[in-house]
Amino acid sequence: MTAALAILLCALLLLALAGGGAARWSALARGVHGGCLAVSVGLMALGGAVLAGGGGAPLLLPVGPPWAPLSLAVDGLSAWFLLLLGAVGAAAGLFAWTHEATAPPRRLIAYPLFLFGMALTLGAADGFTLILGFEAMSLASWGLLVARALESRGEDERLAARLYLGFAIFGAACLIPAIALMGGLAGDLSFAGLRAAPVQGGVAALVMALVLLGAGSRAGLVPLHGWLPIAHPVAPAGVSALMSCAMTKVALYVVARLLLDLGGPAQPPGWGAPLLVLGAASALLGALRATQEVDSKVLLACSTIEHVGLVAMGLGLSAILRAADLGPLASVAAGAALLHALGHALFKTLLFLAAGEVEHGAGSRRLDALGGLIHAMPLVALCTLFGAAAAAALPPLVGFAGEWLLLQALLSAWRVGALWVQVLVAVATAVAALSTALGAAAMLRFWGLIFLGRARTPRTLGAQEAAPPARAALVALVVLSVGAGMLPGSLLALAAPAVAQISGHAGLVVAGPLVVSASTVASDYWPLGVLGLLALFAGGLAAVLRRWSPHPAARGPVWDGGFIAPPAHLPFGDPATQASAAGFAQPLRRLLGGRLLMAREVVHLAAPGDPAPARLEAGFHDPVLPALLRPLSAGRERLAGAAEWLRDLGIRQFLGIAFGTLLLLLVLLALVDPA
Amino acid sequence: MGFGQLSFDMAHLLAGGVLLLCFVLLYQRRVAAVIHALALQGVALALAVAWQGWVLGMPGLYIAALAALGAKAVAIPIGLRLLVRRLELRRAVDSAIGIGPGMVAGVALVALAVLVVLPATPGSGVLAREGLAIALSVVLLGMLMMIIRRHPIGHVAGLLSLENGLVLAAAGPRGLPLVVELATAALVLVLTAVAGFFALRLRDDVAGPGPGLLHQPYAEGDPPGKAGR
Repeated sequence: MTAALAILLCALLLLALAGGGAARWSALARGVHGGCLAVSVGLMALGGAVLAGGGGAPLLLPVGPPWAPLSLAVDGLSAWFLLLLGAVGAAAGLFAWTHEATAPPRRLIAYPLFLFGMALTLGAADGFTLILGFEAMSLASWGLLVARALESRGEDERLAARLYLGFAIFGAACLIPAIALMGGLAGDLSFAGLRAAPVQGGVAALVMALVLLGAGSRAGLVPLHGWLPIAHPVAPAGVSALMSCAMTKVALYVVARLLLDLGGPAQPPGWGAPLLVLGAASALLGALRATQEVDSKVLLACSTIEHVGLVAMGLGLSAILRAADLGPLASVAAGAALLHALGHALFKTLLFLAAGEVEHGAGSRRLDALGGLIHAMPLVALCTLFGAAAAAALPPLVGFAGEWLLLQALLSAWRVGALWVQVLVAVATAVAALSTALGAAAMLRFWGLIFLGRARTPRTLGAQEAAPPARAALVALVVLSVGAGMLPGSLLALAAPAVAQISGHAGLVVAGPLVVSASTVASDYWPLGVLGLLALFAGGLAAVLRRWSPHPAARGPVWDGGFIAPPAHLPFGDPATQASAAGFAQPLRRLLGGRLLMAREVVHLAAPGDPAPARLEAGFHDPVLPALLRPLSAGRERLAGAAEWLRDLGIRQFLGIAFGTLLLLLVLLALVDPA
Repeated sequence: MGFGQLSFDMAHLLAGGVLLLCFVLLYQRRVAAVIHALALQGVALALAVAWQGWVLGMPGLYIAALAALGAKAVAIPIGLRLLVRRLELRRAVDSAIGIGPGMVAGVALVALAVLVVLPATPGSGVLAREGLAIALSVVLLGMLMMIIRRHPIGHVAGLLSLENGLVLAAAGPRGLPLVVELATAALVLVLTAVAGFFALRLRDDVAGPGPGLLHQPYAEGDPPGKAGR
């Protein structure tokens, strides 16, 4: 099994080489995308096979430094995330086959390397390989953004790439010391060695903080989420899907692996609390921003922050419950996190690819420039409806199963542990419910503004249905997400090794093939039953209205909020009669945005006698990223000013600095007992 | 090997002589005296290396000793004297700190070197440990001299003394490979550094105000000539 992973990784490296050759032979571009598609399918099959049959022993690679031999292994946890990565990669590959056939070589080199980095991170069996893969992933995805910035020469793209690189370097600067601290003085970085000597005490707290900063910045957890809404829209849709659905999950995998699997046993009850708090904050802020954004891909990126937050909440709750010795409940929370990670990967890929199709067909990402696309792109509209419904956690679909399990775990956990844990869990439950509702509202707004109503610009009317391969990707994702939503029990049974690794509890949630439940006494979730009830209700309603009604059916005017049919002289109607994206967002902005998003509304009245119209200015901004960047840039200025002082030093001062450093080190050496 | 044995005592005496001459270098005030002390240190170093070669039975060290004698006791002092005469450098070597504080700092550095080396090398022999401590002291004193001297000859003397310490350290333990080559390479490196130092650094100091003056900021109202170090 491990050898298969090594072969797939080598294939990705060869594909990157082939991408370099696409400068001369342009037909190679399709080959690269096809190859990535095949490798992704291979990764998916590998993940499934390992989950079903168990992985093999770690494989030592013949390359690498002598102090940290590189090794690969696929166990349950990595297999689950490989499955997810393969699914996203395959769909993105199909999309790229359609739309990226003429991509420039620099993007064709970076794309397989991006997949390579993610697969290497997931397949690593020691800390050093994990870091290598993680950094390869970060740098390759940065390369994709840079390629895009070079093509478009836009200022926004350039800034996005720079911001992304800053976050990537910050992540590395946090993760590398974390791994080194975990390795300790023994220096054994293999997972087996790290698991045998878990971190404790103050070092453990430091490792927790560093991993949360390092991997959390890549996953988009809240104080470090600023790059997602800026970087995701820059990349092409397939790459956005990979970044948003696979890369954030790989970062969550790193969190789960380092904090829950390797560092998790014998930790105090507060171990999962930071994860729970950050997850709740991400869920709330991401969902609220998703209800406000006016760019389709930015909206989806914000929704990703929300769902990543929900998964992180599941992981943190699992750690808390494990520390409280409640194994079965911990496994429920861990199962919820894994299930929701997979579900989010499926429906968010679907939504990103559909947004890419809409951008390709209708020429815009701005919600205010779209509308009425259900007539031009019926299949895309239908598929997106499934994706949006899953993202809104509607019952028989895949988004519901994970969030339902998470809420079940949260609801059963509020009596666990000390008072502050109880309060924390209670607040987290409320926040989870609120952000789920906000996420549903955001998805309703997303789908309604793009596909319903009248076209807001004439360009929208020229949209065409997606090409067959992209359509196949969308339909396949719909089938997968509906199937996964129907069979959450089977999926959880498949994920049992991964759940056991995270939660430390081998026994599983009560899960049959069709049914899933938090415990034997709690209520069950039976997707097929829900579907049957829904079908029965809808069918019954139709039958009652159509068949057994004493009066024949008649169409009458419905109340449409003043939205009238366009008059003959104005074929697109008056744009002001349709609600705009900002108009849809207004109630929630007024309700919640004041504090969280710095929302403002100012009416500028013209001076008396001035014929100018009064203006209403409304808007919001996320206060977190500027709050992070402003002190940073001020610090850089100060540092640069201080460094100026170095230029005027003479030779004696320079020698003095070197001498002083040497003396300091020698004094340290003399003070520290070598024994 | 320990106290009371001729080989150990001689090695100690010669290495200690090198260290003592470091202190002599530290307090000299005149250029000629600095160069003399440097030559004497070269002689002491050559004797120490040669004795080490005899004790350890490594004839290669004799070559290193000969090279040290030829270069450091004869060639470099003569060259420095010629340079001083030709460039008409100042004859007095001024220090940034006085003799007393300089001596105190030097003694503190020796103590630090002993504190660092002795606990860190418990496994090796007494000769190697003490030799290493003395060599590290010589290196540190050389650096100290480079810092506290303002005169270019003082910098050069510090650099050469530093290199002497390195050679002493290399000759100390038994069986360090490529000792002769290392010592010769270090000598060549230091000579190159000295030559480059004189070529680049002295041009400013000796040949009047160079282009460096242009970079000196001066307050508005000051005449341009008043600004400067």
